Amino acid sequence: MELPRHWRLQNQRYGLVGEVCDQCGVKLFPPRDVCPSCAEPAHEQYTFSGRGQVYSHSTVYSAPAGYEEYAPYTVALVKLDEGPMLTAQLTDLGDQEPEIGMPVEMVTRRLRAEGEQGMIVYGYKFRPVMSQGS
Amino acid sequence: MSGTAPAQSTHPAAHPAVGVSPLMRPHYPVGIVGYGAYIPRYRLPASEVARIWTDGKGGLPVREKAVPGLDEDVATMSVEAARNALKRAGIDPALIRAVWVGSESHPYAVKPTSTIVAEAIGAVPNTQAADWEFACKAGTEAMQAAIGLVGAAMARYALCIGMDTAQSRPGDALEYTAAAGGAAILIGPAEESLATISASYSYVTDTPDFWRRPDDSYPSHGDRFTGEPGYFNHTLSAAKALMEALETSASDYTWAVFHQPNLKFPQRAAKMLGFEQEQTAPGLLVGDIGNTYAGSCMVGLTGILDITQPDDRILMVSYGSGAGADAFDLTVTDKVLERRDGAPMTRDYVARRTEIDYATYTRYRRKLRTK
Repeated sequence: MELPRHWRLQNQRYGLVGEVCDQCGVKLFPPRDVCPSCAEPAHEQYTFSGRGQVYSHSTVYSAPAGYEEYAPYTVALVKLDEGPMLTAQLTDLGDQEPEIGMPVEMVTRRLRAEGEQGMIVYGYKFRPVMSQGS
Repeated sequence: MSGTAPAQSTHPAAHPAVGVSPLMRPHYPVGIVGYGAYIPRYRLPASEVARIWTDGKGGLPVREKAVPGLDEDVATMSVEAARNALKRAGIDPALIRAVWVGSESHPYAVKPTSTIVAEAIGAVPNTQAADWEFACKAGTEAMQAAIGLVGAAMARYALCIGMDTAQSRPGDALEYTAAAGGAAILIGPAEESLATISASYSYVTDTPDFWRRPDDSYPSHGDRFTGEPGYFNHTLSAAKALMEALETSASDYTWAVFHQPNLKFPQRAAKMLGFEQEQTAPGLLVGDIGNTYAGSCMVGLTGILDITQPDDRILMVSYGSGAGADAFDLTVTDKVLERRDGAPMTRDYVARRTEIDYATYTRYRRKLRTK
């Protein structure tokens, strides 16, 4: 059981909440409290827009424990519009092939469940951008 | 004190007229400040269900139904609908004082979906949160409560969600239609609203048309109670009572939307109430997405709000088995024009479509036993 860890991370996982450096304005994800760019404290919370691009991707056929039922699935390095790069699953691809440079947006999805009785872990994934109104 | 006249009550709810009318009207005017839909992208054609269970023979109640992906449930779908509603409303989520999720497919039996949604949209911790249950009208009863909360000025905003990943027994008649999707409706002060809500009405009886016991995976239905005693009695009674009290008729409304268990029922109910097909067309989504249960008439309403014009009047009537119907009278304001482009349209979700076969459906709905 990793309940405390899931609980501690839920803010950043549900809503892509990171930090912004008070000094140089660099946006940080995941939050780390010290700016890697200017080494000053970065305590201000910052909610990312969730928009980004696929930097690279790979499809997992042999999934680690807890993720077996989702295989095969695609994992990507996503470069957020605000700068940081993070690793996340791509979802809702349907028949679409993932591509480098593909515009994606963050959605909150089930990451895994801790067995039949355990808690359900939610977090960010990315999907191809949907049209915004028409 | 003896010898003195009882104090005259000044509470508006103690006014004799409030008890006489069955209508529920808020003390302060309220409306919809933001709305958002969510429909998952996978579609199971009804012909696939027929191929497996009836050799492809027999009529089909819908064209296809929306199926959630493996990583989706009522919590994740509610989060996206809620985010869409907030994008349109453009408000600070910290001002929300209630996050209410109506569903019959909450991911946990005990542990609220609403706290997950409230956390994800940034509404915690200064908010009420609760999960609502009343078959397919769990979302609209939350709306009625939200109208009361905002209408009494206890809260500026209350978020109401109707969302389901409906269950159906393999081979059952419900398997053609039981679908996934829904909508979030943010209730707030009338002057900030894209549609005001003048009144609502609720019609409820104990009717055994559909139920699911706590440990069962699939619901059961009392066949002969489904049509006339269930859906039609409650839907028509609620609509008629609301319209009689407001002295309106079908021609006073630009649009109408009803609970949609299949294509036939809402079309027949609309006709019996005097509505033309054009009035219900933009909200009648069941043929393309199936019956989204607690989401059904609310996601239909979002389809109407996407295309409506200021001053249009809308009748919305939900139906929940067990049984009851909630009827609402809405009037659109000019704010709809500036807000509706703020999030994906309902038709965008309908158009975002990947067809799956029955085998993939059984996997996505976890109907295969692997241990």
